[in-house]
Amino acid sequence: MSKKNLIVVGNGMVGHHFLEQFVDSDAAAGFNVVVFGEEPQLAYDRVHLSEYFTGSTHADLAMGTAQWYADKGIDLHLDEQVTEIDRDNKQVITPKGSYSYDELVLSTGSFPFVPPIQGNDNPHCLVYRTLEDLDQIRASAEGGKVGVVVGGGLLGLEAANALKSLGLEAHVVEFAPRLMPVQLDADGGALLRKKIEDLGVQVHTEKATSAIVEGEDHRLRMNFSDDSHLETDLIVFSAGIRPQDALARSSGLEIGERGGIVINNQCTTSDANIHAIGECALWDQRIFGLVAPGYTMARTLAGALNGDSEAAFTGADMSTKLKLLGVDVGSIGDAHGQTPGARNIQFNDGANGVYRRMVISEDGKKLLGAILVGDNGPYDTLLQYALNSIDLPASPEVLILPESEGGAPTLGPDALPDTASICSCHNVTKGDICGAIDAGCCDLGSVKGETKASTGCGGCAALLKNVVDCELEKRGVEVSKDICEHFPYSRQELFHLVKINGIRTFHQLIHDHGKGHGCDICKPAVASILATVWNEHILATDHVALQDTNDTFMANMQKNGTYSIVPRVPGGEITPDKLIVLGEVAKEYNLYTKITGGQRIDLFGATLSELPEIWEKLIAAGFETGHAYGKSLRTVKSCVGSTWCRYGVQDSVGMAILLEDRYKGLRSPHKLKMAVSGCTRECAEAQSKDIGVIATDKGWNLYVCGNGGMRPRHADLFATDLSDEELIRAIDRVLMFYVRTADRLQRTSVWMENLEGGLDYLKQVVLEDSLGIGEELDAHMQTVIGTYQCEWKTAVEDPEKRKRFREFVNDERKDPVQQWTQERGQRRPVVETA
Amino acid sequence: MSNKTQWQSVCHIDDLVPDSGIAVWTEDGPVAVFYLPNRIPCLFAISHTDPFSGANVLARGITGDLKGQPVVASPLYKQHFNLETGACLEDTSIKVTIYPVLLDGDEVVLEVPIKAHDQAVA
Ligand SMILES: Cc1cc2nc3c(=O)[nH]c(=O)nc-3n(C[C@H](O)[C@H](O)[C@H](O)COP(=O)(O)OP(=O)(O)OC[C@H]3O[C@@H](n4cnc5c(N)ncnc54)[C@H](O)[C@@H]3O)c2cc1C
Ligand code: HEM
Ligand code: SF4
Ligand code: SF4
Repeated sequence: MSKKNLIVVGNGMVGHHFLEQFVDSDAAAGFNVVVFGEEPQLAYDRVHLSEYFTGSTHADLAMGTAQWYADKGIDLHLDEQVTEIDRDNKQVITPKGSYSYDELVLSTGSFPFVPPIQGNDNPHCLVYRTLEDLDQIRASAEGGKVGVVVGGGLLGLEAANALKSLGLEAHVVEFAPRLMPVQLDADGGALLRKKIEDLGVQVHTEKATSAIVEGEDHRLRMNFSDDSHLETDLIVFSAGIRPQDALARSSGLEIGERGGIVINNQCTTSDANIHAIGECALWDQRIFGLVAPGYTMARTLAGALNGDSEAAFTGADMSTKLKLLGVDVGSIGDAHGQTPGARNIQFNDGANGVYRRMVISEDGKKLLGAILVGDNGPYDTLLQYALNSIDLPASPEVLILPESEGGAPTLGPDALPDTASICSCHNVTKGDICGAIDAGCCDLGSVKGETKASTGCGGCAALLKNVVDCELEKRGVEVSKDICEHFPYSRQELFHLVKINGIRTFHQLIHDHGKGHGCDICKPAVASILATVWNEHILATDHVALQDTNDTFMANMQKNGTYSIVPRVPGGEITPDKLIVLGEVAKEYNLYTKITGGQRIDLFGATLSELPEIWEKLIAAGFETGHAYGKSLRTVKSCVGSTWCRYGVQDSVGMAILLEDRYKGLRSPHKLKMAVSGCTRECAEAQSKDIGVIATDKGWNLYVCGNGGMRPRHADLFATDLSDEELIRAIDRVLMFYVRTADRLQRTSVWMENLEGGLDYLKQVVLEDSLGIGEELDAHMQTVIGTYQCEWKTAVEDPEKRKRFREFVNDERKDPVQQWTQERGQRRPVVETA
Repeated sequence: MSNKTQWQSVCHIDDLVPDSGIAVWTEDGPVAVFYLPNRIPCLFAISHTDPFSGANVLARGITGDLKGQPVVASPLYKQHFNLETGACLEDTSIKVTIYPVLLDGDEVVLEVPIKAHDQAVA
């Protein structure tokens, strides 16, 4: 069977790309490929056309070589314009002959629009599209002094730059009131204008040229409709492009109202054997004046011709980032805010020449578009948000604020190297997690299943979630911030709902704002929020079923179902009498005793029914609950300080006790630890705590957001030489801001790393009250402190609450599964050997 | 082994804690009874023994629903058990015993197997 003919009209960027995609495909074997190009040169990189003025030659810009065409058996006709398509006989006609086609591809690009101004046919009126155009501009510039570009859009500014580089005094004349009217708003345009004028290009806006006549001092004179005028030696028109659809028009193919060859998703025109790709094609009423969408069309068509039923062009992102005259300009998505309800956020720093604007959806959740002038730094991040419909942070403006003003957030987990260990139980690194995601896991659950991460002690759950979310986001997957299937909200959002709507029970919250009956994720989270906001007893009837077992029974459950008891020992200071009571109680109930790392004593092995009895005795001796079971303040560790230590400069024990008494019982998204050292030797290791205080000659230095554990983090210095009052106010605010804004199970360190603006932002909020919420935070903390109760005291005094501590409600017997053995003089559970 | 059963009264309605569980001792050992007032039926009974740790703790887990199924989460390692079927959601090979449960007046009654030695006595 003889081969069919495939003819390509137009040897530009997209036409060439199509050939690259097509010639090696299966279908190509059945075709003779013939290409016609009107330009005398082989396809070249038009995007970098301006480099022709700065030393690049056609060979540098060329996309392929004659040799390649020959090797691929492509019959290339350059400098041969197709003048007609004879659809009836399936032929194209050129001045040199007629050629039959079976399939015809039109990639004729576009041509510059020259406004219908009298005199625009002067030989020194030029356009900026092809190498030949540039040759002409170069020739015209010889002997000239001034050059004008008509049109202050993207291409016009590029052309102005070219004129400047040819040694001309360059002007830009724009009809609209500002530069780049399509992409920029007034402020962005004004800034761009200033920058460009600083570079020596003169800008004239709101000028409509009425005629081009012979000049007096220069070759030409442009008369404007406002009766002003400008003399110049050459004019470059850059007033937009028009799709080159002349052949399609004359042969009766369907054409858009304002031009462009109408194509379907397979890039086929109204004639099944004729296809159009690149800037000449009109898809869904749209022309794509950029090269990337053209390439996509080329690939689509090559696929379709190979019978790939999936191949489809479905539109393209028109975001652009470029440097015009050395000035960064970026435009993303719906930059004009044409989406109904769209809102704008602007940042305008005239002094530093930076303008940024975000267009966000009505609900503030999505980025629809953006404009950047002066610095394209945030472009990539913004593009990700827009392209992937990623939910914006609560205060989206941080995305465009400079770092010094609390902006430019870096996503915490991103900073971790691939070798970072995320789950030490199963030795899972960040790299392993990325691998699992790349292998197809697309949510937290499947990553857990695949890597086993966070299925051990679970301590890494929050970090794992952060990493997975971050990696998924990087891969364009939208990550749900919903706390669980029952509430479409994050913890922070739930906090606001509770606080603003005065919600006091879980039932009311799930009824008003959630669905279903709740689960072990949302119930404790809500319980913690309710506790922070209202501070009611955690065993109040409405809250009892919400709590984790540790909170319900106010003790930590151990592996055999027994519990530990950790009374509070503020600052680690304890009287001998109290020590004796601890010893006596432990002896009576045969409890294993151990000194914790938090400077207190842990009593292990109490059964459920023993808990209230034991606590009754401890309370009688003056002990209080230590909240070792809660997501709340654990201990404030201290060194011995100035009262005994010969180096001490402040009473660290006194301060530790003061802090521990102040913040005990504060429910928070995760546990809180603090420490106070009496001098710079730092014996209390305060810099590894959420709140660390170190004495100075003049007062206290405050460190925040440190932690030990799997991913230790030194606390950051927050403020220096504070008085007692200043110290306490700063801690009050840091803690309250944390409690209000952190995610579930997010420790202060991760919270701060994820806080847009990080430490500096936190300092502003707390020390400078930049949000104006300082007094509210203070008052909230005061309420929490004022409503403190020892949960154990309330519980043992209330017979109803005590009922909860029966092992079996219908039987006095002790749990029979608990088996004990002796070790090092104490009782401990029998451990099964696996 | 016999598969004979008997109904056993285990506690009073006031012993139940809404949206939570309590533990009772039965002829068949420790059983967790859950009272979910917003569901019909509202009583569920499953073994109190957590199969993953062997500890008698399931009554002390948090209840809720996942994809519509009533569940309790083990307080130790947080696996979820379907209260209607006893099936573990995380590990399909694991199932805890379930017991039919009813309210008889103010008494909560459970249907439990009769142990072999009891039959001998009877
Ligand atoms: C100065 C400049 C800067 C640019 N910068 C960027 C940029 O930064 N980023 C970006 O994405 N895009 C940029 N573009 C746009 C980009 O170059 C075009 O999107 C791309 O070239 C379109 O490819 P095309 O093949 O559709 O059209 P073209 O590259 O224009 O190719 C069409 C070819 O068909 C020929 N032709 C037309 N009619 C006939 C006929 N009847 N017979 C034979 N041949 C015919 C034409 O002569 C032309 O050679 C820039 C363009 C210019 C001019
Ligand atoms: C994230 C993983 C962690 C888990 C799951 C975890 C778990 C626990 C539990 C259950 C207890 C209470 C023991 C009991 O009384 O029953 C405890 C106590 C303690 N843990 Fe951790 N811990 C973790 C991380 C850390 C880290 C990072 C540190 C220190 C850097 C730490 C230091 C302590 C100290 C000092 C105590 C005793 C506290 C007290 O006196 O109340 N733990 N931990
Ligand atoms: S107490 Fe020890 S074993 Fe238990 S979680 Fe902490 S480090 Fe691990
Ligand atoms: S930190 Fe200073 S004051 Fe405290 S024990 Fe160490 S040396 Fe003494």
